[in-house]
Amino acid sequence: MIIELDGIRKTYRSGSIEFEALCGIDVGIDEGEFVAVVGPSGSGKSTLMNILGCLDNPTEGSYLLAGEDVSAMSETQLAEVRNKQIGFVFQQFNLLSSLPAWRNVELPLIYAGVPRAERRERAVRALERVGLGDRVDNRPGELSGGQQQRVAVARALVTEPAMILADEPTGNLDSRSTADVLGLLDELHTAGRTIVLITHEHDVAARAGRRLTISDGRVSA
Amino acid sequence: MNWLETVRAGLEAVRAHRMRSILTMLGIVIGIASVILTVGFGQGAQQEVQDEIDALGSNLLIVSPGSSTDSGGVRGGFGSATTLTLDDASAIADERVVPDAERVAATTSTSAAVSAGTTNWTTSVVGTTPSWLGVRTRELDSGRFFTQAELEQGADVVVLGPDTATELFAVGNPVGQTVSISGRQLTVIGVLDSSGASSTGTSEDDQAVVPISTAKSLTGSTNSSVSTIYVEATSVETLSAAYQEVQSLLLTRHGVTATDADFSIATQDSLVETANSTNETLTVLLTGVAAISLLVGGVGVMNIMLVSVTERIREIGLRKALGATPRVIGRQFLVEASMLGLAGGVAGVLVGVVGAWVLPAVIDQPVTLSALATGAALATSLALGLGFGVYPASRAARLTPIDALRSE
Ligand SMILES: Nc1ncnc2c1ncn2[C@@H]1O[C@H](COP(=O)(O)OP(=O)(O)OP(=O)(O)O)[C@@H](O)[C@H]1O
Ligand SMILES: [Mg+2]
Repeated sequence: MIIELDGIRKTYRSGSIEFEALCGIDVGIDEGEFVAVVGPSGSGKSTLMNILGCLDNPTEGSYLLAGEDVSAMSETQLAEVRNKQIGFVFQQFNLLSSLPAWRNVELPLIYAGVPRAERRERAVRALERVGLGDRVDNRPGELSGGQQQRVAVARALVTEPAMILADEPTGNLDSRSTADVLGLLDELHTAGRTIVLITHEHDVAARAGRRLTISDGRVSA
Repeated sequence: MNWLETVRAGLEAVRAHRMRSILTMLGIVIGIASVILTVGFGQGAQQEVQDEIDALGSNLLIVSPGSSTDSGGVRGGFGSATTLTLDDASAIADERVVPDAERVAATTSTSAAVSAGTTNWTTSVVGTTPSWLGVRTRELDSGRFFTQAELEQGADVVVLGPDTATELFAVGNPVGQTVSISGRQLTVIGVLDSSGASSTGTSEDDQAVVPISTAKSLTGSTNSSVSTIYVEATSVETLSAAYQEVQSLLLTRHGVTATDADFSIATQDSLVETANSTNETLTVLLTGVAAISLLVGGVGVMNIMLVSVTERIREIGLRKALGATPRVIGRQFLVEASMLGLAGGVAGVLVGVVGAWVLPAVIDQPVTLSALATGAALATSLALGLGFGVYPASRAARLTPIDALRSE
């Protein structure tokens, strides 16, 4: 099992007001699974995703990622876990607008300590894999939304991580681009990667092997 | 991420905000340039005084009227008191009383207009004895110095400093020509060689030297007071013995004790010391002002780096999500701040060097660039960048990835 969540709670505190966004999540995800996380807005999907991605700490509960207890790790160790094991795709793309596509894709490789020459080569290969071999030197501003999200997917897969986390990756895309991006995720899944995909849309969720429904901070089905 | 990559990324970030980076560096540039220039001015002035004093000779005692306690400055006593006389000078010249004195030259000095034909030039007219040439270790460029006989008869002869000669006689040899001082016709019998003091326009090269008897009658003075007595010791080793002998002789002659002496004796060393201490005070003061401007420049760097952290908060969050450790992020901002500091320092040094080259022509003050001050200024600018970069860098490093990603 690549992910084991046990009694995960997350309480947001702003001033004296407390809000429990996750109230006890127990979930296991096997290696190579394609899981869709669905649920109404505000149910805690993104909160869960941030915890899965080691971007945020749970208030309570234990999280084993590939058998290792993440809650005991230092910020530096977490950075390494994010770098080596996880690829992120965000709804807002989160590309650096000043850098050309290949430099965006190469970012995780920089932090992995890959030498410069090899980085460019691998970044270009990842871009070719998402069908953007002819756009490596374009900046995000010169690309369509669908193309930008494909750059983000290339960035997520360039380190060959075991797991890809995608938080509404198609939320800002039209049906054509949505199909492109989902096709890519399908491919990655076929290649053996674990995929966790957050979505609102049922036809998107239908692609996944398993569906995890969250409502009010709990897994409901 | 190794250092080379970090530096490369820093350069990119600095270049991405070119205008802002330049304005940030400006504070450092001004600070560094002013430190280099003030230190340069201080050293230039010091060098100038040093050269002038060096030209005096190292085994020389300079006896001036007036006490050193009430005159304070190096030359404060000159002409302001009339307690030294020609008789004092002859007494010092007595080998039995002051055995360690080699030669003695008494001088008077007044400012007067000297004219040759239609050319007028105001210079200092120095009355002295034939021994002056040797005591002051001067050489003649042409002609000869006046003799003891000419001194005794108050002959109408004059020896010109090289600059004075050039001013009065643009062409031709001045020797044998006639100049007029206070209406009296004097024959130019010689021209001095340059004293060798570095800077131009020092009084050493611009003076008219006449027998002291002639000088007295030129000014219509009947007393026998002199403005300076130069005493040359037999060697550098006997300088302090000569000092003691001259001092006790003059105290006895004037009937005073050391505490209320009406004269002061300076050596080359003491002159250098006094001159340097005045200079140093000024240099320290100016350098302090420059240092404050450097500090302000450093605060400017910190301010911009903080703005930069806030502005790039999403970028920081993203980089952390992709695997950047806190240390890598912190180092990134630290390197950026140091680069701003160092680039400002380099530009400041350039401005300083150009200033040192241009300014002396404009304000007639020598500037001596020192490698030490320049190196120190560069190190300081780097340290400023580093020092003031620490806080912004640690703020960037401490951001949690989710907070940074979420912020708009
Ligand atoms: N930083 C925060 N501080 C306080 N409350 C928060 C914070 N982040 C999220 N919440 C709250 O936690 C709850 C879950 O938020 P979350 O973003 O996980 O929802 P979501 O399921 O992703 O919704 P959506 O489908 O609209 O993206 C929401 O009610 C939200 O208001
Ligand atoms: Mg969400």
